[in-house]
This record gives sequence, C-alpha cells and structure tokens, in this order.
Amino acid sequence: MPGGVVQEVVLAMLAKEPSHGYELRARLRDALGPVGEAMNAGQIYVTLGRLEKAALVSAEREPGLPDRPDRKVYALTPAGQQRVASWLAEVTWPGPAPVEFHLKLAAAAAGRLADPLTIVDAQRRELLRMLRDTQRAAMAEPDHSAAGLLLEGVALRLQADLRWLEACEQYWITPGSQSYEGIPRGL
Amino acid sequence: MNETANGIVLRSRGLTKTFGKGDGLVRAVDEVDLDVATAETVAIMGPSGCGKSTLLHLAGGLERPSGGEVTLAGNRLDQMGERALARLRRTAIGFVFQAFHLIDELTARENVELPALLAGSSPRAARRRATELLDRVGLADRAAFLPAALSGGQRQRVAIARALSNDPLVVLADEPTGNLDSAATLEVLRLFDDLRSTGQTLVIVTHDSRIAATADRLISMRDGVFVDETRLSGGTRGNLSALAGLEG
Repeated sequence: MPGGVVQEVVLAMLAKEPSHGYELRARLRDALGPVGEAMNAGQIYVTLGRLEKAALVSAEREPGLPDRPDRKVYALTPAGQQRVASWLAEVTWPGPAPVEFHLKLAAAAAGRLADPLTIVDAQRRELLRMLRDTQRAAMAEPDHSAAGLLLEGVALRLQADLRWLEACEQYWITPGSQSYEGIPRGL
Repeated sequence: MNETANGIVLRSRGLTKTFGKGDGLVRAVDEVDLDVATAETVAIMGPSGCGKSTLLHLAGGLERPSGGEVTLAGNRLDQMGERALARLRRTAIGFVFQAFHLIDELTARENVELPALLAGSSPRAARRRATELLDRVGLADRAAFLPAALSGGQRQRVAIARALSNDPLVVLADEPTGNLDSAATLEVLRLFDDLRSTGQTLVIVTHDSRIAATADRLISMRDGVFVDETRLSGGTRGNLSALAGLEG
C-alpha cells in the first residue's frame, strides 16, 4: 500500500466516532511509536481519499471553518462498517513467507550459482541488523507502551526467522544433502 | 593488575579442553584464539554442545584447560595455583549464570554484599557498595526482599549487581536470558547496554539472538571452534516500518 496506510486500520479507527484526519494520525502515532516515524503526514489523507472514493467513508466539512483538508470530519458509511466487521473476523496472518528464500537456496545449489551457506550467512547478518535496530527501539520505549508491544512482535518474528536460518544452515552443510532436484551439493 | 598495552583484557591462544579418552575423546574447545578488548561486548553463539559454555568456564578460571593459554590482564590463568586463581575469580571476574545462583536465604542486598565481604571489604563498605549497585540495576526498593519474592528478571538483575560488586575486569555471562520471558529479557538487555556505555567488558555466551544482535561483536562457534565472526554495522532505523509490515 505505497503512499497510504492500510485501509482497514483507518476504517477501524473511525468506527469509534467520526474524526478529523489529524486525530486519526495522532492515534496511529501513539500505537506505532518509532515504527511510525517514517510515515509522513499526507499518507493518512491519501488513504482517506481512497476510502471516500470507494464509498467506505463519508466526509463532511465542518461548517464555519476555513476550507482545509484537516477540517473535514470523516465517518464510516454502512459499507465501511461492514468492511470493518469482516476485517476483524479475518484470520489471515500477514508476513513474508520463507518460500522465496527457500527456493533461492535450492536454485543456487542446483544451478551451482552460489554456495547456499554464503547466502544464509549474508541473510543472517541482515536479519541480525534488523533485530539490533528493533531491539534498540524497544529498549528506548517505556514499560507497557503500545509501541513496545509492537516492537516485541517484530523482534520475536526476526528471532524465529534466525532460527529457521540455523535449520537451513544445518541442512545445506550436511555432506550429501540434496537439492530439490536430487543433485548432491558439491560446491 | 595491569591491562596489556594493546587494550586486550582477555586473551586465549590454542585454548583446548578435552573430555574422555581414546575413541571417546571429545574436543569441547579446540585450539581457540580469542581476544577481548577492554569495554567490548562479545557474544558467542552456537548450538547446544558446541563448547561455548566450556570456553566461558576456561576464560573465567572455573575449569582448567587441557592445553593452550588463557590470560586475563596479563595473568596466565592456566599456570596459576588454586589459591591465586580463586582470588582472581573473586576480584577480577564477575559471573552471571542462567539459573541466577542467588542464595535463597539471603536478601537481595545480602547477596550483592557477599563478594565484597569475601574479598575483604568491611561490612559497612560492602553494604554501601551493594546499595549503590542495586540502585544501578533499578532494584533499590527490593533490597530487603528474598530471591523467592522477586521475578525472574529481577533475580537476574540482582545477580548482575552481585557480579559487579568487585568492579571486575570482565563480566562473563552464561545464557543470562535463558530462563527469562520477553519482557524480563528486555530489562537485562537494557542493563547490559548501560554497562557497556560505562565501559564494562562483557563476554556473553547465548542462544538468544537479541543479545547477539546488540553486541559489538558476534562469534559463532561449532564443534569447539570459531566458525564465523561478525561486526554488525550499517542498517537504518527507517527500516523499522517496513519490518513491522507498514510500508511507507
């Protein structure tokens, strides 16, 4: 969703009560902490614009105020309410699946393009860097902050990915380990 | 006790520890060369049984090597007599263990006082030092509690305060977050970060990639030898949003 914020999130934040764009932005900021720092002010309005076009939200100008975008009050339409309800009931779990990386290793080994262990090492360094940045941000959060909770989720996922890389390493390091085409690893 | 001129406080050469004999011979630590600089935080990672805990025990003089040298601030641990080694362990090395190893019958403050008392401090000086250290680890208000009344994270922080009691040249930690949940791990990581900022040398053996990610240097160990060494540099905070699944 380049340039915007996940539509369902904005809809769900509007479900409580009709709100100005800047109020939504403040709520997002509170929930995201340092994770939301890269977001610019316009992104919420981009999303609101799309939602308005899709008739999921309605916008009304507040009477007697200058014509500025953040003076619009946004509210859910019935279709918007329905979308929120079905979003809350969804159980899809976002996140990068390891399929691509797995196939990269298999293809590298089969085509003798590169040593899978070198690829694993490079990936591990990158994940460790990400984990370091996440951990530093988490350490800077006060206890019981919502953003801290989010960062914990990010850190736990990275840890899981790092553990999987260990398993990849074990697999590709074992003499006689086979590629997906049955070609012995011989690099 | 002088540190060596090049700033290396802990050093090993060809450090080896074997167990068993003949066909059953296991080389738990196999000719390891390690240099730890003053004020550096080094994490040693590896699968169970890779020899990393044994290495830490050799570095701290808790076990004797089968071969090679280990030097702490110019002192050859491998050549030292038992009494001198015991004294060096008490005064120059701080240990932190996975299972905390606090004395259950003593309060937090008494646990922290103990190493100073054993090293010959007066009770008054030991108490002052313990109070100061408990404050530093954020547990001044728990000084009179027994370990049983503390959470896991708090117990480990008491154990870290105890390790710092005699201003050690190096703190050696063996899986310090192994028994801790996520929030308590964060408390310990914050504390290590604080120690590092004050120039404390730390060597941490761990499974925990969160510790590894925040160390100055990360060493991977397998089958008794070092197989990889990483200094994490670069990376940007801006990536956090993408990491959290928020594209921007």
